[in-house]
Amino acid sequence: MQLKGFRISTLALHLVLILGACVMALPFVWMVLSALKDLSQVFIVPPKWIPSPFVWSNFKDSLTALPFGRAYFNSFYINVIVVLSQLLTCSMAAYAFAKIRFPMREPLFLMFLATMMVPGQVTIIPLYLIMKNIGWLDSHLSIIVPSALLNAFGVFLLRQFFKGIPKEMEEAAIVDGANRWTIYLRIMLPLIKPALSALGIFTFLGMWNNFFNPLIFLNSPDKFTVPMMLNLYRGMYATDWTLMMAGASIALIPVLLVYIVGQRYIIEGVTLSGIKG
Amino acid sequence: MDVNTRQTRAAGAISPEIGPRRQPLNNKTADRFWGYFFIFPQFVGLLCFSLLPLVMAFALSLMNWDGFGKRSFAGLDNFISQFKDEEFRTAIVNTLYYTLLTVPTGILLAMLVAIGLNRVRGKVIYRLIYFMPNITMSVAVAVVFMWLFNADFGLINLYLKEWFGIKGPMWLTDTRFVMPSIAMLSIWMGLGGNMVLFLAGLQGISASYYEASQIDGASKWQQLRHITIPLISPTTFFVTIMSIIGSFQVFDQSFVMTSGGPAKASYTIVYHIYETAFVDFTFGKSTAAAVILFLIILSLTLVQMGISKRWVHYED
Repeated sequence: MQLKGFRISTLALHLVLILGACVMALPFVWMVLSALKDLSQVFIVPPKWIPSPFVWSNFKDSLTALPFGRAYFNSFYINVIVVLSQLLTCSMAAYAFAKIRFPMREPLFLMFLATMMVPGQVTIIPLYLIMKNIGWLDSHLSIIVPSALLNAFGVFLLRQFFKGIPKEMEEAAIVDGANRWTIYLRIMLPLIKPALSALGIFTFLGMWNNFFNPLIFLNSPDKFTVPMMLNLYRGMYATDWTLMMAGASIALIPVLLVYIVGQRYIIEGVTLSGIKG
Repeated sequence: MDVNTRQTRAAGAISPEIGPRRQPLNNKTADRFWGYFFIFPQFVGLLCFSLLPLVMAFALSLMNWDGFGKRSFAGLDNFISQFKDEEFRTAIVNTLYYTLLTVPTGILLAMLVAIGLNRVRGKVIYRLIYFMPNITMSVAVAVVFMWLFNADFGLINLYLKEWFGIKGPMWLTDTRFVMPSIAMLSIWMGLGGNMVLFLAGLQGISASYYEASQIDGASKWQQLRHITIPLISPTTFFVTIMSIIGSFQVFDQSFVMTSGGPAKASYTIVYHIYETAFVDFTFGKSTAAAVILFLIILSLTLVQMGISKRWVHYED
């Protein structure tokens, strides 16, 4: 099939791809390795990559220098609630938009699509005022409730999957006398498990990394999420590079774990999301 | 396309023979209830956390208000004062510059990597690595890159000196280099996401096109030019819109790494919105800027959609 140039061109391609992969990965490698260094090793020229000795205490120091553990707990429990609620509410709406005929269905769905075009920064000031009025400022409710109840992208993504399910699947159940809720719960949801996993992972990553909303809504350090705490860190220990790298590593570890475990779903989710609409 | 229309029609056609009990799917009253029932939670979210704030944003942008005192109607004063405001203009120019730096390069790189990766061995490993920056926390990455970009102790300048004998610029503290630095970080972060979208687009191209063109004696370049690029244009279209929208919302990186500086050189539109709202507490002005951002993003999307109709090829 291929001509003589096959091996050379493939080799060249791999070389370029490997070089690119290094550029993508080295900042992480540098971060983790530097987190294990003594501060004095940081200023050696030319840079030394391998720490000697390994200073594990940086991790302990960065966890105790500020209430990082607290931020971790906050981020985790907020994430769990938001991910679970989104999986429920998004899949419900997506099922209705894909499979049930009801008046105003198309205009309502278009409204959801349209809100995807509204940048969060436009609604953040009114949201801030709303939160202030209902007393949710500096409370995790201001982060949890809006995310739990609205993810237009999630509705869109799951709707694409529901649309792909042949109507025979539903009809059989309907003949058996099942109602919509049973069909949704027992038949449809299990069929879109990969999409649910993808949405769950997307939401987890988005929430874990989100900096803007907590920055606006939260004030007290004991309410902070991980990115907020890391930013506070940066302000206080700006020149203590090893400590900062330890903090950054700690912030990134859950993300990288979720990524490595769930990358199949992430890629599948993006791949199957039906970009063509 | 519309499954339900066909269903209704089919059900209607057979109903006289089979009788009404066979089509509960056609039960309009029940479906009306279930439809609204299922969308209810997200619809409440849509109303409270998107539509209401959006309406409020438009209303606020027409008012003089600092969030505490009394409000007064300002008409278009906030918009006019924004366009006269030196800081806002700086923010617009910086954001446009940033968009220009990130979007074309980012898309081109992502497309090239995806095409390179599409039929190569070890694709999964490459994809894993290339995609990794995309899912990481912007604040953590910004902290790491602050060091990499550091003029005296940063890895980039140390290696520039070590390998090429070049004295590297003061990346984050020189007004000329700060935006390119942030753009580099953003391209690095965004590459994987765009690449995955392009890979998905490439997967969607049927192999038969390549086989047929090979029989006709088409070169690799001709295949790329006449099959691959036209057929992934829906993806290119999508990626372009998302990238532009994303680049207009850049904030985290400049907030964490440079605080909008030096000399406002990395002061972006969202930074301006943040600062006028939550530092100066001039909500009217801030929402006016936010509404302008919204209109920019909206019109860009509409222009893109209009243009794309001419060159996007849908395979099916």
